[in-house]
Amino acid sequence: MPKQTFVLNGERVTVKVANDERVLWVLRDLLGVTGPKYGCGINVCKACTSHINGKAFNPCSVKVGDLEPDDEITTIEGLADTVKGDLHPMQEAWIDRDVPQCGYCQPGQIMAAVALVRKVQREGGTITEADLDGIRNICRCGTYTRIREAVRQGARRM
Amino acid sequence: MHESSTTARSTTGHVDSPGGTGEVASSPPGLDRRRFVGYVLGGATLVTAADLTLGRVPARGAVPSLPQIPEIYDLEDLQTDAALATSQLITVTIREDGTAAFELPRMEVGQGIVTSTAMILAEELDLPMRKIEVTLAPARPELLMNQLTGGSNTTVSTFTPIRVAAAIARQQLLEAAAARLGTDADRLSTISGAVVDGAGNAIPYGELAADAASQVVKQVGVTLRPREEYRVIGTGRKRTDAKAAVTGQKDFSTDLQVKGAKPTMVCRPPTHRGRPVRLRNEKQILKMKGVTHVAQIPTGIAVRAKTFGQCIDAIRKMDVEWDLGDLAGENDESILAGLRAAELPMAVPQVPILAEQVDLDFEFMFRSSAALEPYAAIADVREDRAEIWAGLKVPILAQQNIAQELGMTQDQVKVNVVTGGGSFGHKLFSDHAIEAAQISQAMGKPVKLMWHRADEPRQGRLHPMCTSRVRATMLAGQVLSFEQRHTSVVTDFSHGLGEIITSTIDEAPTEVGRYLGGLGFAETIFTLTQELPYNLGAITQLLMETDQRFSTGSMRNIYSPDVCVAAELTMDEIARRMGKDPLELRLELCRNDRVRAAIEAVAKRGNWGRSMPKGTAQGIAVHKEYKGCTAVLVEIDCRPRTVNRKVRNAVTGPRVTKAVIAVDAGLVINPIGLEAQMQGGFMDGLALTLTSSCHLEDGRFLEASWDNYFYTRQWNVPPEMEVIVMDPDVDQPGGAGEAAVGSSAAAVACAYARATGSVPTRFPINHDTISFKPKSFIPPVPKSPTNGLKFTY
Repeated sequence: MPKQTFVLNGERVTVKVANDERVLWVLRDLLGVTGPKYGCGINVCKACTSHINGKAFNPCSVKVGDLEPDDEITTIEGLADTVKGDLHPMQEAWIDRDVPQCGYCQPGQIMAAVALVRKVQREGGTITEADLDGIRNICRCGTYTRIREAVRQGARRM
Repeated sequence: MHESSTTARSTTGHVDSPGGTGEVASSPPGLDRRRFVGYVLGGATLVTAADLTLGRVPARGAVPSLPQIPEIYDLEDLQTDAALATSQLITVTIREDGTAAFELPRMEVGQGIVTSTAMILAEELDLPMRKIEVTLAPARPELLMNQLTGGSNTTVSTFTPIRVAAAIARQQLLEAAAARLGTDADRLSTISGAVVDGAGNAIPYGELAADAASQVVKQVGVTLRPREEYRVIGTGRKRTDAKAAVTGQKDFSTDLQVKGAKPTMVCRPPTHRGRPVRLRNEKQILKMKGVTHVAQIPTGIAVRAKTFGQCIDAIRKMDVEWDLGDLAGENDESILAGLRAAELPMAVPQVPILAEQVDLDFEFMFRSSAALEPYAAIADVREDRAEIWAGLKVPILAQQNIAQELGMTQDQVKVNVVTGGGSFGHKLFSDHAIEAAQISQAMGKPVKLMWHRADEPRQGRLHPMCTSRVRATMLAGQVLSFEQRHTSVVTDFSHGLGEIITSTIDEAPTEVGRYLGGLGFAETIFTLTQELPYNLGAITQLLMETDQRFSTGSMRNIYSPDVCVAAELTMDEIARRMGKDPLELRLELCRNDRVRAAIEAVAKRGNWGRSMPKGTAQGIAVHKEYKGCTAVLVEIDCRPRTVNRKVRNAVTGPRVTKAVIAVDAGLVINPIGLEAQMQGGFMDGLALTLTSSCHLEDGRFLEASWDNYFYTRQWNVPPEMEVIVMDPDVDQPGGAGEAAVGSSAAAVACAYARATGSVPTRFPINHDTISFKPKSFIPPVPKSPTNGLKFTY
């Protein structure tokens, strides 16, 4: 069985698993990192959204063998460690707007929001209605309105 | 974006409305209504409980005889009555560290009841919320009918029992402090977890907990805090589990680590409710990477492996002989034809002399109640015992069903209730827990079962297809009759609500019992929930059911969204025929002051009647249920450039640009939580009317993904959304979880009809366009893509 090495939430990890295993199951079933959730397994619902080298990606749709040893994977568990303070500003905004209901999609929503804001900031803009309309993450509790408020609020402090 | 939803949380967002108008459980303020009896249980720790079977004050006042049953006795009353008998078994514990512990016999699925329950305890105990631990009780068979989470009934039925138990605990602590200080309890008061006297002495609860306990069971009387003294109830409190949710620490069933419980999935039949005959290539599957076990169960072929990815790979290689079941060959139109054949006739004949008639006929397609967390359960079944972990809204029944399935007694099966990633009616059933138990028993190993997303719309619980015919008769500007005939594929109520009806219906007032006598579960629930708040002459709303072949359930708000859409579109049509404005007609015919206040609130805040461009319009609708009501005003944009906007793999269509919701939920515990429920209920109603449905073709449901089943997405969300929390000045909380769905679905439908100039008759409006390529049925689950790194951002 091949060995897979990558950096997970700041620490290098090595797992014995086949190349074609999707990263989501490596994280959840083999490493016990359960913040990224399963909601579809085909890169549609976005509940597993995490970061690779600072950009949003969906581990359900990436083979672990496609990761390089220096690739940095950040899940919701590691997000706060990327900033000073207890929580990332986006997590704080989420709490301030009391966004979660059941909470199942929220790790993915927050990781998507952080990446979206970084992208918009890289491009020199600010979050627009069109940016918010373009968020694909599903929330079956329908917390969408508060997500929109929290993304704007979190962005102001990023 | 419009930020006014923020202000709606402040006091300026509250609108005063008149008090109870008779039919809602309004009570005269005063001591008698606040006097209750309960127990201090025997033991070293202070444990208290309410007893609402003693000295019980009827929840309902005198009611003038009115035509519709829910005005006298509704599903809330029935569920609350069912819970009363075992109220003394639900206890509050004060620990010696000064904290309070409470096991809630309901299930948290995102509706916020853990938070609101902590608030109710904090209020009556005078204890900070952070010192209150609310957990979910495991299945407790002795609670009988008092452990079902549904019907938006949690707060309605638990509000008083929890307060009584908490008030008794506080009273015991006061008495213990009085004994220690050598004074009378009524000279002392409590503040923030301590008993204080006038001289500056303060004794923390923790120091009093042991003294306050009783060696023997003691019955005591207690007086609850009057509403004017509430300091926690009615103030906005954020969810107690928010930090866990945003840091990934909140655990759902599949996140739990139970020793040996390896990932397990099921290969399911192509047709809805088909059956496996046999797996032809078991040896090949068992040789696959990571696979440990394979087992046939009644619903498919289960596989257990080291990862879920390996389960998916195994399912895709399975060669299974299927029994396609008795839906093979059926499709939407053939099921609809069966419904049409079962429709009940109207009482008023068509085209009576002189009178004018509105005759409308609506069709509602199958919808999926699946949550984002798919059905999942952990089971560890041994020779002589079993333990289950799952999101279950009726855990006692799950325990019974699992015990029966395993050939065990009920006390050999322990059922742990795990917070659910949404429910919407789906987790009323224990399909997932039963399957996990069957698989664990067959394999002789613990299993962590998860349904694939594709399994949910294809084999999971559905909201039944139905039709709703409405005939209203008008003469000389008056509505003389309003008849609604709702015909539906059978809704499965075997999740426990049926048992509650059987055992509790005797509690209903005689005239209600007489009316309901002989009705089945579904007709009883329909009758106890459907009510039109308008003066429409003779009103009859009847349910007829047919076709038991589908796996169905009571999706959020059960019948009400469809019934409400049909009724409110009819109201608009009556208004059009009479040459009246839709708001004007509703206010003119409204026969309930609380409903009127809610309608007026949205009309005012939403600027009803403002001039709008062609192709856009406002819509307004109301729904009365759950001891309260909701009114919704929306604005919709149906202009081609909006309808045809492009988003990848998405249904765009008409855009609701603004929504204003007024909610009267009786006494409000947590206005922030209530606002969240209204927003979420709106998103459901929006999807029901515009986008979300399942298509049946040759016995197979085509949907297998969230890009097939079009629940509301960000590109459908109204950019402006406001919630107005009404303050009806009553002592009793109403239900909130489902309250906004029906009125939201109806307001969107009414707006769409006005914007396009034609009344839609089939819902959702996009059902006849299939906007996706159906995924394969054999194998039944899609391959996970591998190109995810191409879509990073």
